[in-house]
Amino acid sequence: MSVRRLAKEQPASFAFTPESLEKVNFWLAKYPPAKKQSASIPLLWLVQKQEGWVCEPAIRLVARMLEVPVIRILEVATFYTMFMLEPVGRAALIQVCGTTPCALRGANDLLAICQQEFGQKGHMTADGLFTWEEVECLGACCNAPMAAINDYYYEDLTPVTFRQIIADFRAGKSPAPGSYAGRHSSEPAGGAQTLSDPALYDGSKAHRIEKLPNAPEPEPVA
Amino acid sequence: MPTAKVNGQEVEFEPGMTVLQVAELAGEEIPRFCYHERLSIAGNCRMCLVEVKPGPPKPQASCALPAADKQEIFTNTPMVKKAREGVMEFLLINHPLDCPICDQGGECDLQDEAMGYGRDDSRYVENKRAVEDKFLGPLIKTQMNRCIQCTRCVRLSTEIAGVSEMGMISRGEDAEITSYLEEALTSELSGNLADVCPVGALTHKPWAYNYRPWELKKTESIDVMDALGSAIRVDAKGSQVMRILPRVNEDINEEWISDKTRYVPDGLIRQRLDRPFIRVAGKLKPATWAEAFAAVAGKLRATAADRIGVIAGDLQDAESMKAAMDLFASLGVKSLDCRQDGAKLGRGPRESWLFNTTIAGIEGLDRLLLIGTNPRREAPLLNARIRKAWLKGKLNVGLIGEAADLRYGFDYLGAGPASLSKLVEGEGEFFKDGKAVGIVVGQGALARSDGAAVLNLAARCASTFGGTLNVLHTAAARVGGLDMGFLPRSGGRDVAGMLKGDMDVVVLLGADEIDTSALGRAFVVYVGSHGDAGANRADVILPGAAYVEKSGIYVNTEGRVQIANRATFPKGEAKEDWAIFRALSEHLGAKLPYDSLEQLRAKLMADHPTFGQVDYVAGTSRPAPGFAGFGEAGALSDAPFSNPLTDFYLTNPIARASVTMAECSSSLAASHQRLEAAE
Repeated sequence: MSVRRLAKEQPASFAFTPESLEKVNFWLAKYPPAKKQSASIPLLWLVQKQEGWVCEPAIRLVARMLEVPVIRILEVATFYTMFMLEPVGRAALIQVCGTTPCALRGANDLLAICQQEFGQKGHMTADGLFTWEEVECLGACCNAPMAAINDYYYEDLTPVTFRQIIADFRAGKSPAPGSYAGRHSSEPAGGAQTLSDPALYDGSKAHRIEKLPNAPEPEPVA
Repeated sequence: MPTAKVNGQEVEFEPGMTVLQVAELAGEEIPRFCYHERLSIAGNCRMCLVEVKPGPPKPQASCALPAADKQEIFTNTPMVKKAREGVMEFLLINHPLDCPICDQGGECDLQDEAMGYGRDDSRYVENKRAVEDKFLGPLIKTQMNRCIQCTRCVRLSTEIAGVSEMGMISRGEDAEITSYLEEALTSELSGNLADVCPVGALTHKPWAYNYRPWELKKTESIDVMDALGSAIRVDAKGSQVMRILPRVNEDINEEWISDKTRYVPDGLIRQRLDRPFIRVAGKLKPATWAEAFAAVAGKLRATAADRIGVIAGDLQDAESMKAAMDLFASLGVKSLDCRQDGAKLGRGPRESWLFNTTIAGIEGLDRLLLIGTNPRREAPLLNARIRKAWLKGKLNVGLIGEAADLRYGFDYLGAGPASLSKLVEGEGEFFKDGKAVGIVVGQGALARSDGAAVLNLAARCASTFGGTLNVLHTAAARVGGLDMGFLPRSGGRDVAGMLKGDMDVVVLLGADEIDTSALGRAFVVYVGSHGDAGANRADVILPGAAYVEKSGIYVNTEGRVQIANRATFPKGEAKEDWAIFRALSEHLGAKLPYDSLEQLRAKLMADHPTFGQVDYVAGTSRPAPGFAGFGEAGALSDAPFSNPLTDFYLTNPIARASVTMAECSSSLAASHQRLEAAE
């Protein structure tokens, strides 16, 4: 993480689209009028969903809608690294996990590819297509290494599959999310290896529990 | 009451106190950075760690831990010492080692605590964090490398000043204190940010690199920039006042002062009148005291007493007004006035021109009606006190007059006297269920032709709703002048009368807020310290002392008599104002009966006993049922009330001479323009 600042170039104004506004009203309705500021994060997230990033006029608008000082919204927007403070690439926002399990499984190669393909992290590429970042653990360690691209997880990546995914996004396609090692979810590589006995599932192993584990010993009869 | 043991010593404490406060009751000093008595508790610096029993076997942050009955608190165990050393080491990881060039050096909390808890050297070899400095306006200088993120400034601006302009952005080691997009702060109390900053991150821009705290001679005194009489400490180096800091006075300013009070000292070295001047052929020429006195005495002798007028200004001490009043009364002068703004006050019981609720008393009110006043500009600390009471949730504020951002919510009840009449007649719900009511009448409601009627109506309002009538003054000298009766004698003229342009001699005691062009062909004698409107028009200038250059009595808006002390000497040949009148009296052959300030004070207190009650305030007194003497019933005009002060920073000759105040004024104007452009 580095020092987070608002982008130098800002749009002149920001307004929620009618669809976003509907969601805004949904969130505002959840909180009592005196505690409106509770909706800061949902509203900023809606801004980001709409524009791809959080711009300064949007921060002012959210502050006005929630009736809080604008510095309080700026504090929230700069605190959470999931709020993008600069415009992001329209093809893909690539967030490569660089934490230990992914790093052990080859995330450094993916990071090097990003560096090579897109240049400096955290800033949009010159063609306006991509933004990439290194992020902390996204909780998909069983499928390391992985990257979150736009709203989906792309898992079990190798330099080859990762390059292919990037090329697909560049071509305007939407590659399928999930594992790229051909496995289902986070099953072990090579298919399921435990709990494979069919008897587990036909009820034949069921039996009455005679003694509860850790139950107190009955008093010895004198 | 519950008891706790602090290092084995038993102390009783009030329920609800924190461990830190209990330890202080026992006389144990706990180091702290983020904790401040008057701010909310943040608990983020971790310097106040102590050991408590019963409790977890680790140090606890005492500022945020409520004390419990039978608790044992240890502040000097090896565990505590080690924990504090650890915190100090962490704080110093990123704190620069620039104490020799830091303005906080010598009065820095971090420096002091590092002496007590710091290690002798650092174990860290990594680079220190670098943070961009922020722009916070013309008063606060930032050196953000030094910031330890205690957030005292954020809490002070949000809670006390009522402007949520400061905040902490980003997080972790990148956390930075800033205002939104580095806009200048708009608070009148922003100087206090630098006061509460425990390190040198926020310092005073106008005083940067000007002094070291140990070189300054410190004098405790009283402020005259507004009518509250805040407690201040004047720090001088040689003959120059370098800075003014607040002192604690719980009854008036707690421990804050306004920016005008604090940053005005650079006005004390500019535009000074340091020798007498006489106007010769349209130009002011330097003169000796003897020549000046001769010129004034000659003119006064040659003029009939009813053609002479005397106007006292806003910053005058009581002694100089008393000396002037005694001298001119003995000459038979009837036109004396201390009400430069023309407020219709002074013809009734003393309560009719005092802030009877008292400043601290505001905290006990549940309804406060402001009439024709903007306390944020006229008395920022009174405003902070109203905000404090309002924050507690009990106080409802109503306003009749110009609506403004007062830093707290209020019910807007109307613009002029008609709205007040309706309120008195029982319209509206504002006073419903009000048990402790205060009515504040500002000079905006009194300094107009129907001022006496407005005062009477306000007194009737107070009486109707069982409340207290308060007059909020804008001038430090006003109550003193009214108390001693520095008012037109029967047949004499008031300020408006003297400004009709047909007086022969007008003596101005530091009176600069009048329309000097309306003095006509009068021979004007100006007694004062600064070359401002009055001196510009004067025919003879008798240089006096500014408020830090004399010991003087000031009576604040509550009627509290306070004595200011001398920090430096008057500039050049200037004399203390009372001594000028004493000397002039001999030239006139009407020698005043006192040779020293002590004798003058004795006379003052003998003639006007209220002046003898130093630091005493009579306190709440409700107007009598007849509210006799509180102004007089009369016709009310339809004109809305307007606020007397248009520019908070430029209200008196000293402030107008100050470069800092001029910068503040233009910075504020620029930010207003930006806001208007944005809308």
